[in-house]
Amino acid sequence: MDMIRQAWRCSIVLALIVSVLTAPSIAQTVRIASKKFTSNVIMGEIAHLWLEQYDLTATHQAQLGTTRYLWDALLEGDIDIYPDYTGTLLEETLVQMNLEWSDLDSVLTTFGFGMSVPLGFNDPYVLGMKEARARELDIHTISDLARFPELRFGFSNEFMEREDGWPMLRITYNLPQTQVRGMDHDLSYRGIESGSIDVMDLYAMDAEVIIYDMRPLEDDSAYFPAYEAIYLYRLDLHERFPTVPGFLDSLGGTLTGDIMRTLNTRVVQDRVSESQAASEFLGGEFVLESQIVLREETMWSRLWQHTTEHLILVVISLVAAILLSIPLGIIAAKRPRAGALILGIVGVIYTIPSLALLVFMIPLLGIGGPPAVVALFLYSLLPIVRNTHAGLVSISPPLYESAEALGLPAMPRLFKIELPLASQSIMAGIQTSAVINIGTATLGALIGAGGYGQPILTGIRVADTGLILQGAVPAALLALLAQGVFTLAERVIIPNRHR
Amino acid sequence: MVELCGVSKHYGQAVALHTTSLTVPRGKTSVVIGPSGCGKSTLLRITVGLVTPTHGTVLFDGDLLTPANMQSIRLRIGYVTQHGGLFPHMTARANVTLMARHLRWDDDRIQARLEVLASLVHLPAACLERYPLRLSGGECQRVSIMRALFLDPGMLLMDEPLGALDPMIRYGLQEELRSICRELGKTVMLVTHDMAEAAFFGDSITLMRAGTVVQTGTIQDLVHRPASEFVQSFMRAQRGLHEWT
Repeated sequence: MDMIRQAWRCSIVLALIVSVLTAPSIAQTVRIASKKFTSNVIMGEIAHLWLEQYDLTATHQAQLGTTRYLWDALLEGDIDIYPDYTGTLLEETLVQMNLEWSDLDSVLTTFGFGMSVPLGFNDPYVLGMKEARARELDIHTISDLARFPELRFGFSNEFMEREDGWPMLRITYNLPQTQVRGMDHDLSYRGIESGSIDVMDLYAMDAEVIIYDMRPLEDDSAYFPAYEAIYLYRLDLHERFPTVPGFLDSLGGTLTGDIMRTLNTRVVQDRVSESQAASEFLGGEFVLESQIVLREETMWSRLWQHTTEHLILVVISLVAAILLSIPLGIIAAKRPRAGALILGIVGVIYTIPSLALLVFMIPLLGIGGPPAVVALFLYSLLPIVRNTHAGLVSISPPLYESAEALGLPAMPRLFKIELPLASQSIMAGIQTSAVINIGTATLGALIGAGGYGQPILTGIRVADTGLILQGAVPAALLALLAQGVFTLAERVIIPNRHR
Repeated sequence: MVELCGVSKHYGQAVALHTTSLTVPRGKTSVVIGPSGCGKSTLLRITVGLVTPTHGTVLFDGDLLTPANMQSIRLRIGYVTQHGGLFPHMTARANVTLMARHLRWDDDRIQARLEVLASLVHLPAACLERYPLRLSGGECQRVSIMRALFLDPGMLLMDEPLGALDPMIRYGLQEELRSICRELGKTVMLVTHDMAEAAFFGDSITLMRAGTVVQTGTIQDLVHRPASEFVQSFMRAQRGLHEWT
């Protein structure tokens, strides 16, 4: 009982720590987020540094997710600003409303959104091939693709599905290809480099166009609309931070296509941080009142931050899972019919793909730590419930009867005899949960929960294996550490029966 | 002391115990014997409430055994099983004193009782600090008997208490166990499959077969006045019995 009470106390303290760490007084902070590709992250970082230049407190959740995801987050008030493109708004997000360019501003107002003055560059989707392959087949335009039905296409998942993406493009150009796959945009470049796909979608501004020697194919039917870069923000900023919309507008027209491509190349090829690229742009473009101070993060400070975030996710979700799973396991062992139901439910929960579960949580809990913790909590239930149940039902009947015949009432019997006898199995379940939890928590970065998933995500985006390892290696070490800690705890909690 | 009145146990269609009545007189040792699966263990487990009879009742000291008074009546019964039923996660000492600690006896009283019982069953003091895995079979049974006797119950129920021991150890322990039972004047109900052991312990012996009582009486009765052919052949099958007759 004492152990349970202590565990409770710990989890309450932890919950407090998290709420302090995750909510740095939202009211005074301008929250910026960006999509999961490099130029958008740079734009987010430019806004971030630009606002801080004016002594505003701003945060930037880089590579938070897809367009739909950020739109919803903006609608929910989880974020205040994110960089978007007029083409995306007209042709994807609001496509059902069939809007004209001129309607855009007023329609956005009905959502409570405002749009900054265009930043200067146009970043449309285009299709691209490796220069060498295009030369070989003599392909210059998208129409030319129709002559080669055997070409393999690899499109970003977003492009596969959006109205102005592949479905309409195929009809417009009457493209016959059947080998069309959806994949992560950043991985498409790897695919095209290795020759497993021939054609991919890309953003005109992508640095990879130069790095991978790509040939953008001419959009000869003028299919793709203009994609003017803008900042989309909540109109309530006018009350909360009256100066912010004006500051965003003052960036208008300064970020031309050439500059944007240079900045992208700085990040992807020269491996400078997005902050660095953004500050180079701001410093070069504007006469700044004060030098932008980049919080130069060392690898160690980043590691420390990711470790803290990761540990918080894991510890809270695991402690909560232990507190619920052990009682559930006990009920399952004592009441076989309820047990079948309990084991069934936690089993089904476990089979939900982790990514889907994370996304299900967003409408309920917003973005960031809380939905990730809940998802991890749900994942951690099965191994503990199952092992508690198995540990209890496998106690040998003579021991069970022996305890009963002594006249020990049910509760003391449970705590003094049955749970200690099942403790090895229960500990094994907790250990399994911990390891799974630590691994799955890396996906938390996809919904802005941070942790070791953050460098992995960035690493995939900028094709930096070193960065991926910065997340993957500590996650693996943490899993090993957890194993060690539990093995040790087992030795302390469970007496050596061979003494 | 204990009266089983018309108890029976059915598991679905299968009958583990046909309607049976049995009286265990105070201060005497009653042995239940029979081939495996004859229902002798079921009878014992009904007495301690581990098995609820399909029909019939159990009277303990004149009180009807019910789920409500089960716990308190169990405190008046010591129960020993074939393998001792010691909890492997507790030392011998913790096993023996479990119930006394649960009932909040004070430490001095527990210690005093522990010493009395240890000398009664001839258990070396060092054994008390060991876990059951490090005790020999004989030591385990001694500890188990200490545990059964700790609250000084009026009655001892033993299910093949010596069944898993080597013949030598078993022989020695039979002697000790019988003298303990007699010395303490306990009412004892003992289940065994060994007629020599039954004869050695039992004031009265109940022979069972296929869920029914075949004959109850002294060893003399069973040998010289067998109630049926089965009793006769069962007695004949037990070698070395002549010592007791």
